[in-house]
Amino acid sequence: MQPEPILRIEKLVKRFGQFTALHGVDLDIQEGEFLTIVGPSGSGKSTLIRLLVGIEEPTSGHISLRGKRIETLPANHRPTCMVFQSLALFPHRSVGENIEFPLKIRGDAVGPRRERALALMDLLHLPQDFYDKRINQCSGGERQRVALARALAFDPEILFFDEPLSALDFRLRKNLEKELKDLHARTGKTFVYITHSLEEAMLMSDRIAIMREGGFEQIAVADEIYAKPVSRFVAEFMGEVNLFDVESTGGGGLQGSGLEVQMAPDQLLPELRVPQGGHGALMVRPEAVRFLGPGEAADFALDGVMRAEYALGSRTQYKVEAGDGREIAVEKLREDRFAGRSGDPVRLGWDQGHCHMIVEE
Amino acid sequence: MERHDRTMGLLSALPVLLVLLLSFAAPLLVVLAFSVMPPKVFDLAHMPDFSAYGVLLSQGYHRSLAWALGTALASTILLFLICWPLAYAMAKVFKRFTLVITVAVVITLFVSENIRLFGWVLTLMKGGLIEGHLRALTGMSFEGALYNVPIIIFGLVYVYFPFMLFPLVQGISMVPDDARQAASDLGASKWQVFWEIDLPLSAPGIVVGSLLSFVLAAGAMAESKLLGGQAVIVIADEIETAFTYGQNWPLGSALSIVLILIIGSLAVFGVSRVDLDSIMGRGR
Repeated sequence: MQPEPILRIEKLVKRFGQFTALHGVDLDIQEGEFLTIVGPSGSGKSTLIRLLVGIEEPTSGHISLRGKRIETLPANHRPTCMVFQSLALFPHRSVGENIEFPLKIRGDAVGPRRERALALMDLLHLPQDFYDKRINQCSGGERQRVALARALAFDPEILFFDEPLSALDFRLRKNLEKELKDLHARTGKTFVYITHSLEEAMLMSDRIAIMREGGFEQIAVADEIYAKPVSRFVAEFMGEVNLFDVESTGGGGLQGSGLEVQMAPDQLLPELRVPQGGHGALMVRPEAVRFLGPGEAADFALDGVMRAEYALGSRTQYKVEAGDGREIAVEKLREDRFAGRSGDPVRLGWDQGHCHMIVEE
Repeated sequence: MERHDRTMGLLSALPVLLVLLLSFAAPLLVVLAFSVMPPKVFDLAHMPDFSAYGVLLSQGYHRSLAWALGTALASTILLFLICWPLAYAMAKVFKRFTLVITVAVVITLFVSENIRLFGWVLTLMKGGLIEGHLRALTGMSFEGALYNVPIIIFGLVYVYFPFMLFPLVQGISMVPDDARQAASDLGASKWQVFWEIDLPLSAPGIVVGSLLSFVLAAGAMAESKLLGGQAVIVIADEIETAFTYGQNWPLGSALSIVLILIIGSLAVFGVSRVDLDSIMGRGR
């Protein structure tokens, strides 16, 4: 049985005039988990987080923290806090004063407040002599740490993040993603993180919630969302993917344009079957597609022509044009790269164990 | 290259600098020189003495100075209290309506200060708009609301309203919304957000608005003359009297110099208290 969630969202709706930003969303967040809400711009993720921290009020619906309704509580009365996209550090206060801010507001004495700020600086790898430094003298990464330390000083029940790493350069972002994951493990706090970066979500989260047009499309652990998306939208949002329109052959098998199904219908895995008369999208990720040699077999195969090659560092991505003109993406490790050239005919294949079926009515 | 740019910059600024020196610094220097001349002389060809400053101390001019600074301070505080909510709404709440208020306030400046004050005299005097109507309609009468200190302060607040309002609007609009939201998210009440975030981050606007209002009010005399009926004599009035009826230019100059020094020190102190770099988030 699932434990009682720390935060429960029920039928939450937010309208701005005629525009509905959230269409009655439901979500349970478990204590201590790292949940990432991912979605394209305008999907409603920032609106949702602003409702959760109390900066905005919902049009209808409920938010309960440990069973207690909080949707009408103002932000300063909620035991939650947020790291803003802009970080929202106070430019007129020093690093130490920024971190101490929630303690000062709470009425803590100067001594303990300074002690706590220094301990948090230590936790976040900020040198102690940064205490008196001005915010405008800190680098981007240091500011991130100050914002995090300030949020932790508040000692929130849930810590929300609104795309706080989006403005940083790639290398720093990668480092901070890992640090954030470590910090989550060390503090044991509940983290709810918003991003439009799939990689960020995959790296850090226990669970990922995909948002689309003001609602949740799928909520699951990262692996499940990657391997078993519930819709084309999720499949395509979670990175490069090949989707083939298929339909039932009547005998329990599958058929699709240009796709060779090289196995008997009764060998098809039950989760890949499409109901009689129905159709679906057969999904295979680029890393599961192989270049087939002469006489080499695979459960699914198709012929095409090599069109382009893109170096991705440790991997190489290929674009192959299939017979019907569609492009198939293939990814190989650098050491397994394709030996041919652009324009060469190729035969691609993959096994049904690497496939997923998105059934469409 | 940088040095060359600087030289060119200085050279191109030279004509304006000379005009400024002639039009601003020269009269000040003349006033300064007259302030150390013997009483009632009209040229500078005399041995300097400080008798004008002695008169200033011995003849109770400090009272006029105190009235000027006191009414200026009171009006500046009142202006801040009155303008803050409106400025906040103009900067953060009203949208197109802000323009309507801006135009409405600016239009009042198109009419001369004296005419506007006479309007208030006609409104508030015995037999004026308010008392006259009240007497005609109800038979009740009162002495009118003019000729006292509060009405002088009212006049100063009325006249210098735009000089506090617009700098405050500018100052408040410099406060980032997310800093306010973050403070509230970290537990700050509305009052604490105002005290910890709004006030320090809009300090440039507050300082500019307060300095403008205070400096102008401290040097004003139309309000005390027209509305106050000289219930109190302010320093600007004394300066005018010394230069005109008194024919005592050195005394008028000494009074002017004292006023300039006091207001100048306050201005320098006020501006030095604002760390614009940290508020704007600029590196140093």
